[in-house]
Amino acid sequence: MPAIAETRDAVESLGQSTYKWGFETEIEMDMAPKGLTEETIRLISHRKQEPEWLLEWRLKAFQAWQAMTEPTWAKVSHPPIDFQDAHYYAAPKKKAGPKSLEEVDPELLRTYEKLGIPLHEQALLAGVELPEGEVARPPVAVDAVFDSVSVVTTFRETLAKAGVIFCPISEAVREHPELVRRYLGSVVPVADNFYAALNSAVFTDGSFVYVPKGVRCPMELSTYFRINARNTGQFERTLIVVEDGASVSYLEGCTAPMRDENQLHAAVVELVAMDDASIKYSTVQNWYPGDEHGRGGIYNFVTKRGACRGDRSKISWTQVETGSAITWKYPSCILQGDGAVGEFYSVAVTNNHQQADTGTKMIHLGRNTRSTIIAKTISAGHSDSTYRGLVRMMPKAAGARNFTQCDSLLIGDQCGAHTVPYIESRNLSAKIEHEATTSKISEDQLFYCRQRGLSEEDAVGLIVNGFCKDVLKELPMEFAVEAQKLLQISLEGSVG
Amino acid sequence: MNAIAPAGVSAAAFLDRYTGGDGNATRAQAADLLRRAGLPRTGVEAWKYTSLRTLADIPFAGAPAQADGVAVEALLADAVRAYDLDADLPRAVLVNGRFAPDLSRLPDGLSVTRFAAGADLTAHGDVASALNALLAEDGLTLTVAPGVDAGRMMLLSVVVAPDGVALSVHPRHRIVLGAGARLSVLDLSVGRGDYLNNPVLDVLVAEGGHLIHAKLQTEDPAARHLAVVHAEVGADASYDSFTLTLGAALARHEVHARLKAEGGIVHVNGAQLLDGRQIADLTSVITHAAPSCNSRQTVKNVLTGHARGVFQGKILVERVAQKTDGYQMNQALLLSDHAEIDAKPELEIYADDVRCSHGATVGALDADQLFYLRSRGVAGEEARAILVKAFLHDAVELMGDEALRAVLNRAVETWWTRKDA
Repeated sequence: MPAIAETRDAVESLGQSTYKWGFETEIEMDMAPKGLTEETIRLISHRKQEPEWLLEWRLKAFQAWQAMTEPTWAKVSHPPIDFQDAHYYAAPKKKAGPKSLEEVDPELLRTYEKLGIPLHEQALLAGVELPEGEVARPPVAVDAVFDSVSVVTTFRETLAKAGVIFCPISEAVREHPELVRRYLGSVVPVADNFYAALNSAVFTDGSFVYVPKGVRCPMELSTYFRINARNTGQFERTLIVVEDGASVSYLEGCTAPMRDENQLHAAVVELVAMDDASIKYSTVQNWYPGDEHGRGGIYNFVTKRGACRGDRSKISWTQVETGSAITWKYPSCILQGDGAVGEFYSVAVTNNHQQADTGTKMIHLGRNTRSTIIAKTISAGHSDSTYRGLVRMMPKAAGARNFTQCDSLLIGDQCGAHTVPYIESRNLSAKIEHEATTSKISEDQLFYCRQRGLSEEDAVGLIVNGFCKDVLKELPMEFAVEAQKLLQISLEGSVG
Repeated sequence: MNAIAPAGVSAAAFLDRYTGGDGNATRAQAADLLRRAGLPRTGVEAWKYTSLRTLADIPFAGAPAQADGVAVEALLADAVRAYDLDADLPRAVLVNGRFAPDLSRLPDGLSVTRFAAGADLTAHGDVASALNALLAEDGLTLTVAPGVDAGRMMLLSVVVAPDGVALSVHPRHRIVLGAGARLSVLDLSVGRGDYLNNPVLDVLVAEGGHLIHAKLQTEDPAARHLAVVHAEVGADASYDSFTLTLGAALARHEVHARLKAEGGIVHVNGAQLLDGRQIADLTSVITHAAPSCNSRQTVKNVLTGHARGVFQGKILVERVAQKTDGYQMNQALLLSDHAEIDAKPELEIYADDVRCSHGATVGALDADQLFYLRSRGVAGEEARAILVKAFLHDAVELMGDEALRAVLNRAVETWWTRKDA
């Protein structure tokens, strides 16, 4: 295959580049050549030793994608993206698949260590002494995704005992094809939207979770995404299926090194909840946001959707969005089962020249379905932040309820905060309530804090944390702590 | 399924009537826009919930020289009776989009001039205004001199389409209030037959001026109504409007109000009471382009049958507009299983020292309230009437002119009774 020579060149050129900023992992990469054609897709599929049906599925998505144009309705602006100027596959070079942590490239492990991701489950389990000042965390199973591939998944044995499948999706395709085939694309169809179609064509890895009937997943599951290589896009695909009466809590975190180029992240997350099932999906998104002049940063164009297929099922999205140059993301719930519940809790912080257009969709199909939307938006610097949400009551959604609250906080007079809710009801007994406010940090509150000796920055941090309290309290504990710190860091330099 | 920007439907029926010979630049621009973009379908964000697709198939003709005088008189008399209009009130009447001096009784205290063949056209970017600009042939400019209180008047539009002919009329009006001037206008439209009424009103209120605009739209149930108001409000001036939509199969009332100097006030209130297969859309963009202005909006929809109500309201606060106070409330009451409401209340804010909020509710009549009334001996249908009127009350109550408020209240009453018939 001629691509191999190019791949080698690409890897070599990568090795020569010098990175100005730390936090970059010098690691040998296996990369597809730049550009996106049917060949690229065949290459990805071949590299991942995928079955024929998945290749066909990808090609179908690619065909649909070619006929589509980029959506322009969001309140974000960026120079046109050259989709041919990126690598669609980048994987750390490896001999064979790592069987255990010992086989994982130590360079990779060090990266995750730097990021504070607990991959060393043994150490955690053994309760070895922690460095001073560090609090012991409850065990969390982690799937770490490095550029295009999953590098390690921890705690698999413990989970397997409970019957829970938690593995890279590429592995699930091999080990559990019937499950993947049944659910992949069932919530977000291949041609759902421009970025979802792109993802369906080129997705390289991601996590797969299956929780069987009646099982309460014994620990939090977590995926950590890291974009490392230059000129790559990250296109991961997450699929979570939770059967009758089962439940799971899933955490997602992301970072990328500082670069003065823009990188594309177009993920798709699909959740399926059957009767009485419950899924809690929490995200702390901290992709590199670009510098103070708006150079660089990740374009985060993500499709996340959950289907509450079963009666009394529940899907809850919680997100803290502090990173990315541009965020375009609308985690949604399709409330099909009677009595299904959808929740969306969001904090979106933008500073400098960041742009965020984020919100949710709650589609009520079943009777007595309920949804709650709490969205807090904070804009500072020269940034623009938009809440965009849809609440739709279909004709059969008798007795359905929605409550939406969107609050925006402006810090400085050069930023913008916008609220664009869409409210549609076709059922007489459905009830929708929506409220939104926009204001700045109260002078009184600020004065009070300053008077107690807090610096202006600390005071703003305190007030902002209070403003976001309703959302932060929905996060799992250790995530909440991280999120609070992140808020503070994100707003650095925005006051005074 | 795919995201290719959809082109609108053809505006050929209208473009055919445009001769292009008058050299008017605004008109030429409008023709260009309609040729390029066509009439909007729901793929266009500003028309997300209202499509003009059905207009493309109708061969709309211009109004004939003579209207059916008997029908016009009858429609006017009906309106006077139904809404108990003050027969002595000054009025300017348009028949089929043309000024009818014989039926009018112009008020003292303001000057009325007729639209002069395209000369008065102000260019606007929206489609309904472009359609009007393309074919406007008449309309009135009402000018109130500085410091004058011109009192109250009616602006009446009557359209009578001959049997088997679809008419489209495109009057272009303008209301100009000098500094400190005052005027209250009841803007009433009635009609019979198959037609499109596409009035555009430009409003200019200078410093300290005060315009009250109460609009009552009761077009023929088969008609279409596509109205646009462009209002510019000066320092400490106000534009206080209420739009009550009862008529037409397809209606859209679009308001673009701009607060351009400190201390301005804009009210864009309204109610849409719809049944059958009516579709009515109230769309507004209120722009705060100066500090310390105030905007208020309360919009109510009462929907029964298979009716569909649309509300799109945007408050735009520009960077200079510190100390803005903006408030927007839209509520819908669904009275039948097949009614639908689509609402998009939108805030776009670029200044930090502002107080802006909006709220929206959608629901049916409250079972507890119905039970309460019932337990006091008020029967089902009567209890419903009480609750619906109470629901509308907080919106209609906002109309600043008492006499015009009374007219609106009677119109609500008439609608409720007719709906039951």
